[in-house]
Amino acid sequence: MQLQPMAAERLSQAAPPADAAIAIDDVTLRFVTPDGHMMTAIRDFTMTVARGEFACVVGPTGCGKSTTLNLVTGLLRPTTGNVRVMGNPVTDISRDIGFVFQADALFPWRSVIDNVAAGPLYRGTPKAQAYERARDWIGRVGLGRFEKHYPHQLSGGMRKRVALAQTFINQPKILLMDEPFSALDMQTRTAMQDELLGLWSEQKSSVVFVTHDLEEAVALADKVYVLTAGPGTVKSVYRIDLPRPRVMADIRYDPKFIEIAKVIWNDLREEVQLGQCRTLQTGH
Amino acid sequence: MTAISPTADHAATRDASIAVAEGRAKARLRRRHALVIGLRLAILVVFLGLWELGADYNFIDPFFFASPSGIWQQIWSWITEGTSQGPLWLQIYVTLEETFLGFVIGALGGIAAGIILGRNRLLADVFSIYIKIANSVPRVVLGSVFIIALGLGMASKVALAVVMVFFVVFANAFQGVREADRAMIANAQILGASPFQITRTVIIPSAMSWILASLHVSFGFALVGAVVGEFLGAKQGMGLLISTAQGAFNANGVFAAMIILAVMALVVEFIITRFENYVVKWRPAPFNEQGA
Repeated sequence: MQLQPMAAERLSQAAPPADAAIAIDDVTLRFVTPDGHMMTAIRDFTMTVARGEFACVVGPTGCGKSTTLNLVTGLLRPTTGNVRVMGNPVTDISRDIGFVFQADALFPWRSVIDNVAAGPLYRGTPKAQAYERARDWIGRVGLGRFEKHYPHQLSGGMRKRVALAQTFINQPKILLMDEPFSALDMQTRTAMQDELLGLWSEQKSSVVFVTHDLEEAVALADKVYVLTAGPGTVKSVYRIDLPRPRVMADIRYDPKFIEIAKVIWNDLREEVQLGQCRTLQTGH
Repeated sequence: MTAISPTADHAATRDASIAVAEGRAKARLRRRHALVIGLRLAILVVFLGLWELGADYNFIDPFFFASPSGIWQQIWSWITEGTSQGPLWLQIYVTLEETFLGFVIGALGGIAAGIILGRNRLLADVFSIYIKIANSVPRVVLGSVFIIALGLGMASKVALAVVMVFFVVFANAFQGVREADRAMIANAQILGASPFQITRTVIIPSAMSWILASLHVSFGFALVGAVVGEFLGAKQGMGLLISTAQGAFNANGVFAAMIILAVMALVVEFIITRFENYVVKWRPAPFNEQGA
């Protein structure tokens, strides 16, 4: 059993390795709410993702999971501490980043192929080349017959496939995913998780995958970050040593998987309860 | 555990009964459609018939409230003999031209202003109060100002139509820009879009449904602007025709001009709907009113 909490983050934060894909170093983020109050979204948050590593972030609702992703994109700036992506401080939205959203963020007025070609076109790739690459990516996610369809004509799972193709076509070195499959039904989600792992193993990108579903996190990740109830900080980090390639439909019956999930759940449970109590008390 | 599967024996009879049921359902839909059309026609016939009878027997004084046959005679004589101001088609043409110019200028201005203010929070906060004030002024009154300033020609009517259209389209374009989906904008940003690309490929298309909805309403407003402008003082146009008929106590003439205007508005509404369907063909089919 190689399962143990990795060295507490406080110990490792002294020297985040220089070659890390993502290094969030002792970051606190506060913001002013519209009615003028100061809110702390996350505090003393440290996280390192190595190149090609798949990291999952789990935690109770409202603990700042999505905030961590927005720190990496540069859409949010830390109040204290610093964030580095591929060794460079985050100043603007990096071209190396791809983002898959929880909500449907496809452009409904564009057909599938126009949606997938959007990234290269925005970045100035010639039209013919952009569409050629888009066609290739649509084929890879298995939607070859649906090039000309509009998003509203597709099922939820197919739209997610389009979103994956739209993100992967930019060949992001860093892939950020914000509960991307939470709106899908069980079977579709399993299929999409397999699809994601397949694409990830080809592309060798570094992934931060935010989810509230612990089993999803354990099944996908190399490393699971458990956050405390808000303001979020890292409670513990687990390395998941399940062999790859993993098959999503089978892994949840693997005894080792079940054991790991149980251990992490024990850790997560009290935070979830705490988060729920707090939600009931404050009403938000 | 045994898997339970239906036997295939009944497949043929099942298909046959499905075909029969489908046939019945289709027939029922056709009957309903015919019923709706029939009832619509019946209401029209009864309404016009009662009006005509009432006018014949003097329940309704045709001198004040006209009569269907009188209105029709008036339209026919305008078509065949022309109006007191010249041929009917010229009046229609003049009014349509004013309406269109006002509509196009007002709509383009409204869209541009809506997008600029919608994308810039400071400008929006500064100007919102003035727009609210300008919007609450009864704009038809401006017609008098325009006639004084721009004369009896086309310019004053176009100006009034522009003012009527601008605020409606502006308000909708502004709202549409503000309602553009945050996740979609963030998605475009991360995919590599510049602010201008975001405006062009995300903001404008998502505001389009709002803008198009306002175009339906605002064409009617443009027509009101043009007609009221002509009413207040003109040398040509449907509004002048109405005001002349009013001056001569010719109720039939007023109603006849009103019907011609209604037909014009319906035709343009039809064209706008076609345009809308063409522009937003990506949208799921709306739950349409039956038989429309």
